[in-house]
Amino acid sequence: MKQAMGIFVLLMVICVGTAIINPNFLSGYNMENTIRWTALFGIISIGVSFVIITGGIDLSIGSVCGLSGTLLAYLLTVKGWSIPMALGTVTLVSLAIGLFHGLLITKMRLQPFVVTLCGLLLYRGLGRYVSDDQSLGFGSDYEGLRQMAIGSIHLAGDFSIPYPIFIMVAVALLSGFLLQFTVFGRYLFALGRNEDAAKYSGINTDRMVLLSYVICSLLAGFGGMLFALDVNSIQPASMGEFYELYAIAAAVLGGCSLRGGEGTIIGVVVGAALMRVLYNAINLLRIPTHLEFAIIGTVILSGVIIDELVKRWVANRRARSTGLQ
Amino acid sequence: MDDSITETTLLHIQGLSKHFPGVQALDGVELSLAKGEVLAVIGENGAGKSTLMKILAGVQDPDSGTIRLNGHTVRIDSVRTALGHGIALIHQELNLADNLDIAANIFLGREPRRYGVIDKRRMAREAKQYLAQLDLDLDPGMLVNRLPIGHQQLIEIAKALSVDTRILIMDEPTSSLSSHEAERLYEVIATLKERGVSVIYISHRLGEVKIVADRVVVLRDGKNVGGLAKDEICRDAMVQMMVGRDIDANQRRTPNPGEDVVLAVEDLRTDVYPEHPVSFSIRKGEIVGMAGLVGAGRTEILETIFGVRAARGGTVKVEEKLIALSHPRDAIDAGVALVPEDRKQQGIILEMNLRENLGLARARRNAKQGRLDKKAEQVLSATMIEKLNIKTPNDKQVAQCLSGGNQQKVVIGKWLAMEPEVLLLDEPTRGIDVGAKQEIYALMEQMAAAGVAILFVSSEMEEILSMSDRALVVHEGQITGEVAAQDLCEERVMQYATGGVKSTTTG
Repeated sequence: MKQAMGIFVLLMVICVGTAIINPNFLSGYNMENTIRWTALFGIISIGVSFVIITGGIDLSIGSVCGLSGTLLAYLLTVKGWSIPMALGTVTLVSLAIGLFHGLLITKMRLQPFVVTLCGLLLYRGLGRYVSDDQSLGFGSDYEGLRQMAIGSIHLAGDFSIPYPIFIMVAVALLSGFLLQFTVFGRYLFALGRNEDAAKYSGINTDRMVLLSYVICSLLAGFGGMLFALDVNSIQPASMGEFYELYAIAAAVLGGCSLRGGEGTIIGVVVGAALMRVLYNAINLLRIPTHLEFAIIGTVILSGVIIDELVKRWVANRRARSTGLQ
Repeated sequence: MDDSITETTLLHIQGLSKHFPGVQALDGVELSLAKGEVLAVIGENGAGKSTLMKILAGVQDPDSGTIRLNGHTVRIDSVRTALGHGIALIHQELNLADNLDIAANIFLGREPRRYGVIDKRRMAREAKQYLAQLDLDLDPGMLVNRLPIGHQQLIEIAKALSVDTRILIMDEPTSSLSSHEAERLYEVIATLKERGVSVIYISHRLGEVKIVADRVVVLRDGKNVGGLAKDEICRDAMVQMMVGRDIDANQRRTPNPGEDVVLAVEDLRTDVYPEHPVSFSIRKGEIVGMAGLVGAGRTEILETIFGVRAARGGTVKVEEKLIALSHPRDAIDAGVALVPEDRKQQGIILEMNLRENLGLARARRNAKQGRLDKKAEQVLSATMIEKLNIKTPNDKQVAQCLSGGNQQKVVIGKWLAMEPEVLLLDEPTRGIDVGAKQEIYALMEQMAAAGVAILFVSSEMEEILSMSDRALVVHEGQITGEVAAQDLCEERVMQYATGGVKSTTTG
């Protein structure tokens, strides 16, 4: 909680600032969309944070999103599979991808960066091949299914709460529980800090790492399906591109250390929200969109620098106070 | 010590003091060193040896005191200044870039250049000269990681020579060398001496001090407690000065092992010495010390029993039941615990707090359907902190803020929580101050009294002699001797440890 405070304040400052300059920020339509996309990105960011806590990385998330979105539309509209069959198959594929990564990393001792970088290329290619690189949509037959991504609960006036935020909250609560209240979570933090010591304490570190890659790919696949259902027009060649970087950035902003062993789900969710609000603000404030990446990059970098400075300041103060005793 | 000052005195230190929070590391230390003299500085862990050396090498600043070189007072405020004065320190852990070749290492940071590019030919030629000074016939283009550890150390010495070192400080130089490599080192030291280089030699190994040193200075609790001239150097005198008391057989614990064998190891083959199977057994309540030189394969035996290292054959039984030897979890479930040698890397998780560290092994057993039992964890840490007398403000303290002794107690506490039947300890008191050491010994005795079978590896002879009910001596992966408590003496252990006598009978 405490760690997420700084970034939460930053999020609020950007929200308030944007709202003052352009009141449209607070319009029902804009709020709903921002929250929806926060939710979608939140889900894949939560996924990668498991991997980052083990000290690993997953660069394949964007491609997994693309593959699962493409596959879902392809199986439903081209192959005419039933909804449960298609959802089940895509879920299994994501799970298999996670398992594949995990096994290569734990049993073959390959580096996560290399394994998932190759994954990034592999799944993108597969998605384009399966779909013949044709853009796909769900047409009007799957409105019910699409509600999962585009539906919302009407509040008052033109304000509604989009469904995906409920999904994300559920995923976040479950993940938070796993990390904070279960042996699995404790082991994950322990091995992320010091894999040797964890192993010498009798922890099956390989299994824990494997599981974290499975969770990451599952959530990436699930997120990919939601993204596809939301946009309704899927370009196998580009859907989900750079999403892994957004997810990793959200996790890092939210307090995950790429060295492993650090991070909270609440922080990651706030991080994901910050990314989306920033993106939204760039549009609303009529900042040239060409600057978009530059601005997002600058904000993330500043966030990380401030976080590091605060940490050093706290450590110094602690050292000084113990030194005086 | 003033009587040793002559016109050949190169280095003279007076009244050197250094205070750290909670400890007076050095308290008015005096020291003098003549040109071409080999001075051994000995003392127990925490006696102040490392601090003294770090100050000389410019790593740390003293609080007070003077350092005189050739009669001139100097201030050594950085490693660079120290090197400028011709003082070089060779650390216990080697500081070589092992992905570079020998010449590159010798000239690291001072590469000879020609037209702005590194002059490799000149570098190789000069490196060869420095190697020749040490009678080393090595190709300067050879990668350092392909050299045995003993040679790597000689490369460090060559590097020191290349900066015109007049005082070479060696910190436990033989701790990771084989006996053959160590002998080579003694020869090199003799060569250096002839060339007029002075050596300050820090060691725990009193046997080698007798071989290399011209004079011995003993530190205890940061103070000079005495010195010995060449002809006075003998083991008993050194030990007596270091510990401030005579070690005698009466201080040895009274063994009181039970009859039942708890741990039975048969024909166990480790991956380092697969050709030498080892067999031994330990009874309930027995404390067995495993002695031997560094590299004899003792750690590997413990790690194989514990399942962190793959066994190449053989069986381990705990209470008559075979354990699988494939993962530490098998050993832990069978009631075996290991306090590993490298505390910071393998024992505790420095960034985690005490409560989490203490609860790590037990977490799974306490969990309900995978959920952490945080209440039980809290109770456990409170109990262990009290029982083991861990000095900490509270159990939310991060482990890295604790002293080495208290960290080690945390590791032991983590395993006590598992109520083990067999406790394996690898160098349980390495890097720990004298007080905490005694506490750890007391703990081992308590556990043995409670029926735990204890096997500990130690490179400290005093520890082996005073703590073992029985000692197993390992040489190159083989158990070359077994000595009962009443027959334990250093000579005997050393004889077996150096492989001098192969014995199949028990002592």
